[in-house]
Amino acid sequence: MPLTNETIKARVTEKFGEQLTGFEEPYGMLTFEAPKEMNLKVLNFLYDDEELKFRFLTDITGVHYPDKPGRELVVVYHLHNMVDNVRIRLKVFTNINQPDIYTVTGLFSAANWMERETYDFLGVNFVGHPNLKRILNVEEMDYHPLRKEFPLEDQTRIDKDDEMFGRG
Amino acid sequence: MSEHNIKLPEGSIEKTTTTLNLGPTHPATHGVMQNILELDGERIVSTEQTIGYIHRAFEKLAERRPLAQITTLTDRLNYVSSPLNNMGWHLTCEKLLGIKTPKRVDYLRVIVMELARISDHLICNSIAGVDAGAYTGFLYVMQYRELIYEIYEEVCGARITTNIGRIGGFERNFNDIAFQKLEKFLKEYPRVLKEFENLFQRNRIFMDRTKNTGAISAERALNYGFTGPNLRAAGIDYDVRVHTPYSSYEDFDFNIPVGTTGDNYDRFLVRNQEMWQSLRILEQAYQKVQEFKGSEAEVYHADVPEYYLPPKADVYTKMEALIYHFKIIMGETEIPAGEVYNSIEAANGELGFYFISDGGRTPYRLHFRRPCFVYYQAYEELIKGGMLSDAIMTMSCLNLIAGELDA
Repeated sequence: MPLTNETIKARVTEKFGEQLTGFEEPYGMLTFEAPKEMNLKVLNFLYDDEELKFRFLTDITGVHYPDKPGRELVVVYHLHNMVDNVRIRLKVFTNINQPDIYTVTGLFSAANWMERETYDFLGVNFVGHPNLKRILNVEEMDYHPLRKEFPLEDQTRIDKDDEMFGRG
Repeated sequence: MSEHNIKLPEGSIEKTTTTLNLGPTHPATHGVMQNILELDGERIVSTEQTIGYIHRAFEKLAERRPLAQITTLTDRLNYVSSPLNNMGWHLTCEKLLGIKTPKRVDYLRVIVMELARISDHLICNSIAGVDAGAYTGFLYVMQYRELIYEIYEEVCGARITTNIGRIGGFERNFNDIAFQKLEKFLKEYPRVLKEFENLFQRNRIFMDRTKNTGAISAERALNYGFTGPNLRAAGIDYDVRVHTPYSSYEDFDFNIPVGTTGDNYDRFLVRNQEMWQSLRILEQAYQKVQEFKGSEAEVYHADVPEYYLPPKADVYTKMEALIYHFKIIMGETEIPAGEVYNSIEAANGELGFYFISDGGRTPYRLHFRRPCFVYYQAYEELIKGGMLSDAIMTMSCLNLIAGELDA
C-alpha cells in the first residue's frame, strides 16, 4: 500500500490524538504542528515506525512571526521517507521569551549544524545540543539577525520614499 | 635565566598533541574554511571547523527583494555551477505560482543544467587530481569548461554568475552559435573525458591516495543528511531527478551511478560516471530540441505576463506591456500567499528552497537547503584517525564550495 498523506495523518493521529494540530497540505506536502515539548517524541515515532520510516532529515529552519503572540518562533523540520519517497513538514511553535526546544541531534547527526544555524539566526535555544554556538555569524554578535525586528535597509535614509511604491 | 622569561600556557609541557591551524586562507582548502586540527604526529585526533567567512546574509537580503532579483543571489551559492541554482530557484517560483512551462523550455533547461553539472564535476575531479599532485588533467579539461562557459555566454551573456533564465523560461531563445558550440562540445568532449579518465582512474598513485580515505558508511551518510554524489558513492541511489522529476527529466533515459565504499575514490568514480550520464542526457535533450519545428522552435518561455518581462518594443507601444514592465522592474507584483519546498539535484546534492510568501511583494522567509552545509559537518568523522594529507584529499573530493556553505 503506498504511503499517502491520509495514511500518515491517520497513523500519527492514532498515536498522538489531539495533540497534533494544524494539518494542511500546501502544494501536496503534509504539514502539521506538534507542541514544543513533544517534538522529540513525534520525530522519534516518525523515525521508528515501521510504516512511516521518516529517517532522512532534509532540513531544519526557523521563521519569526512577530504578529502571533505566544507563537512567535517556529522551527520547521522537513523529513523524507526515501523508501516510499514521501516528504512531510513538521512545525513546532514556541514563544519568543522562552524559546526552548529539544534538540534532535541524538536522532539525526545532520541536525547539529542546522540547529546551530537556526539558533544563530533566530535565537531558538535547542536544549541538549552538544555545541550550541553561532555558526555563520561572528560569536560576538548579540542579536539574531533573521528576526523581523531588524529591518534590512537603513530606515533613516531619506533619498528613497517607500510610500511612493505602496510600501510605506 | 632565560627559562624564567618564557611563559608557557598551563599544561603545555605535558601536551602530547600538536595544534595546527589549517585555513582560513590556505591554498589546499580551495575556499575560506578553517580547521583547527589536533595532531598526534601526522594523525588527526580531532578537528574543529569554523565556517561563515563569506557569509553574505542571502536569506535576509531575499526578504526585501522581488523574485527576479533573488536569482542573482542564487548565482553566488554554488558559483561553480550557478545555472543549476538559478534553475532551482525558477522552478521553485513556478511551483509556487503554478506556472506550467512548455516542453521546449524544459529541454533547454535540461541542456543548461547538465552542462553546469558537467562543469562542476569536472572542476571537482580535476582539482582532486591537483591536490594529489597531478596538475596536467586539470589544465587539460579546463578548455572544455571554457567551452561550457562560452555556451552560457551565448545563452545569457554571462559566464560565472550567470543569472540565466527567467520565471517561466529564458530571457531569449538559444541562438545558432549556442547550438553550434553545444554540437562541438558533444562531439569533442567524450574523447577528452575518456583521456581524463585514463589519466586518473587506474593511476596507481591516485588510487593509493584516494582509496580507503574519508570513507563513510551508507547508514552514517544518511544520518548526516548526505545527498548527491557523496551519498551515491556510499551506495544509495537517491537522485532528485529520478525521485521527484522536475523540468521533464522523466523523458530522459539515464542511469544513476552508485559506489560501494563511500570513500574518496568512489566519490571520484561516481562523479566521473555522472559526467558520462550527463552527456547522454545532453544528447537526448539536444535531439528533442531539434524536433521542434516552425513556430514551436520559437518557444522559449511560458505565457506569464505578470512575471515575465514583455518585449521592449511592446513596452513602448502597448499599455498592458508597459504596466507589466513597470511592475516587474519595480518589484510591485504581489506574490500569492503560500508555502513551498522545492528541491533539485544540484551538482553537490539536493538543493532545496523553502519559500514562504504572505502575499506581499517579496518572500516572507526564504531558506536555502545547501547540500554542502549539511554534509560538511561530517568532515570530522571522515578524517578522524587519518593522515593530515588525506584530510586534504577528503576536503577536495567532498566538493566543498564556500559560497554554498556560507550562503
